[in-house]
Amino acid sequence: MLGTGLIKGLAVTAKNLVGSYHDPARYTTVEYPEVKPPLPEAYRNFPFLVSESADDPMGTLRCVACQICEKECPPQCIYIEKSKDKKPDAAGKLQIYPTVFAIDTSVCMSCQICVEVCPFDSIKMDQVYEVATPGRYGDLLLNREQLAKSNAYYHQIRPTEAAEVDGRLAAERKAAEEKAKAAAAAKAALPPKPAAPSPAAKLPDESRRSPQGEGGAAKPPAEGAQP
Amino acid sequence: MSAALPLSAASGANALLERLPVVLRDGLLGYLPESLRWIVSGLITIAALLAVFGLLFAYLTLAERKLLGRIQNRPGPNRTGWFGLLQPFADAVKALTKEDIVPREADAVLHYLAPVVLVALSLMGFAVLPFGRLLVPVELDSAVLYFFAAGAATELAVFMAGWASRNKYSLLAAMRALAQLISYELPLLLSFVPVIMLAGTLSTTEIVTAQGGWTLGFLPHWHVLTPWGFAGFVIFMIAALAESNRSPFDLPEAESELIAGHLTEYSGFKYALFFMAEYFGMCALSGMAVTLFLGGWQAPCAFLEFIPSYAWFGAKLLALLFGFIWIRATLPRLRMDQLTRLAWKFLVPLALINLGTAAFWFLTAGWSGPLQLVRWAVAVALVVVPFLLLGRRLTAGVAPRTYRYAT
Repeated sequence: MLGTGLIKGLAVTAKNLVGSYHDPARYTTVEYPEVKPPLPEAYRNFPFLVSESADDPMGTLRCVACQICEKECPPQCIYIEKSKDKKPDAAGKLQIYPTVFAIDTSVCMSCQICVEVCPFDSIKMDQVYEVATPGRYGDLLLNREQLAKSNAYYHQIRPTEAAEVDGRLAAERKAAEEKAKAAAAAKAALPPKPAAPSPAAKLPDESRRSPQGEGGAAKPPAEGAQP
Repeated sequence: MSAALPLSAASGANALLERLPVVLRDGLLGYLPESLRWIVSGLITIAALLAVFGLLFAYLTLAERKLLGRIQNRPGPNRTGWFGLLQPFADAVKALTKEDIVPREADAVLHYLAPVVLVALSLMGFAVLPFGRLLVPVELDSAVLYFFAAGAATELAVFMAGWASRNKYSLLAAMRALAQLISYELPLLLSFVPVIMLAGTLSTTEIVTAQGGWTLGFLPHWHVLTPWGFAGFVIFMIAALAESNRSPFDLPEAESELIAGHLTEYSGFKYALFFMAEYFGMCALSGMAVTLFLGGWQAPCAFLEFIPSYAWFGAKLLALLFGFIWIRATLPRLRMDQLTRLAWKFLVPLALINLGTAAFWFLTAGWSGPLQLVRWAVAVALVVVPFLLLGRRLTAGVAPRTYRYAT
């Protein structure tokens, strides 16, 4: 009969009207500034620099200023200046570090290429979205201090990925240490050979490669085993 | 607001509340010389109407947004003030501070005039509505006629806006508005002719008094509670939806097709004026529906008469406005051909048949006893059978719709 559809429709809307008052579960929205819905782990926006410790972010940056990301960045939004000196990194090894590491977030397109090319797992994608600033140019150019965030924060935003990275780094460090020990033992056994120490010294650096460099990480021990 | 009826109708504690607006006005007039009283009295009435319906408009926009929100399972505006209660004022400030843009090619005078004329015309309808026992702004013998003449003139302003904008969307919308007016003016007018036939008057106050009284103390003699009155009320409300350009008949400002229709080239406060006029028109038509079919300011039961009459009018008005919003939240927009087909092939014939039903009802007013049942049965059949037959014809070949890909 004509009109029954109208009444059915009106009943549906009336049900919603009454239901939304006594059943908050019906709500399709959240009241944003007060309630922030959890982000999916894969959500990404702008990179950040991983530091081992939250207390001394500048001293424990994983970045060694290799500038691969700077060269790979499609919109060219990364600017890096290498240090002249070397500082010990988290593992205690002397490394070059970035004196300037800046990302222009007004240019960055969050493509994640910097993360994929980084051999040191030192740059990762952040999950920030409240990034409005009063300044149009200066405030969107983030410097080293603003970009550095601790590994704990990385664990907080991406637990599975961070755990995987940590496990890999630990395994690589352990392998490097064993390699160094073996090399030292070999050196002690054969003191007159002068060529042996130099590959052994290089090893820890080489072994810190990330999955993209895993082939490289696998090779040095083989090379080191040959001499 | 002339004291239309003798005060004896109101009694007891009711009398004070009932008379309060009139007493206040007369108190103010007492300070003025005799020669000025008539004009100041009129001005006070206008100011009161503007204040009441201006505020009603403001909060109606908020109520609409809130209700639409709830119906869509979201909270609606709740940021400005407590529960969003200051939202209308924030909107007003925003509309006032916006830049007023007039297109270079537009007819500047007409472009400026259209919203003003629209608001003025849509306010004119309020002049003859009996808001309460004593609250009738203007007592007119042909009040109903005047009301619908003023209401129909608003379409002129809509066409003015569309024409003056020099914009194809505006003009198309204005054309649609005129087509809609012509289609729906007829069922709108035909739907309440029975009321005038049976009440024997065009005066709104007398139509309301004709609906006074109760059977057994709780069954009011409202027109909507008779077969012809119910049919007339439904046709009236459908046509009123179309007349006030409300969803599902909001073709003149169909956003998805015509940007904003005749509002496309308007900004700032002129845009707000169009909205004001739409809501005023909606309120005025609802007020007229209350007057013609829902017993005006009459209380539904005899023992509820202690509540002042204007409160009853307000409650019925708000209920109808809620209906408008509810329908807007539910129904999708009609297509132009569906709109005109509904009017010409369905509403107009039904309204014409309803005249016959009303005539039958009038002629059988003397029937009593078991004949009363016969009277009701025949009248109900006269309403329901044409509805079913016409409804079947209207939907033949177009319903039910089958969807090949969606389920």
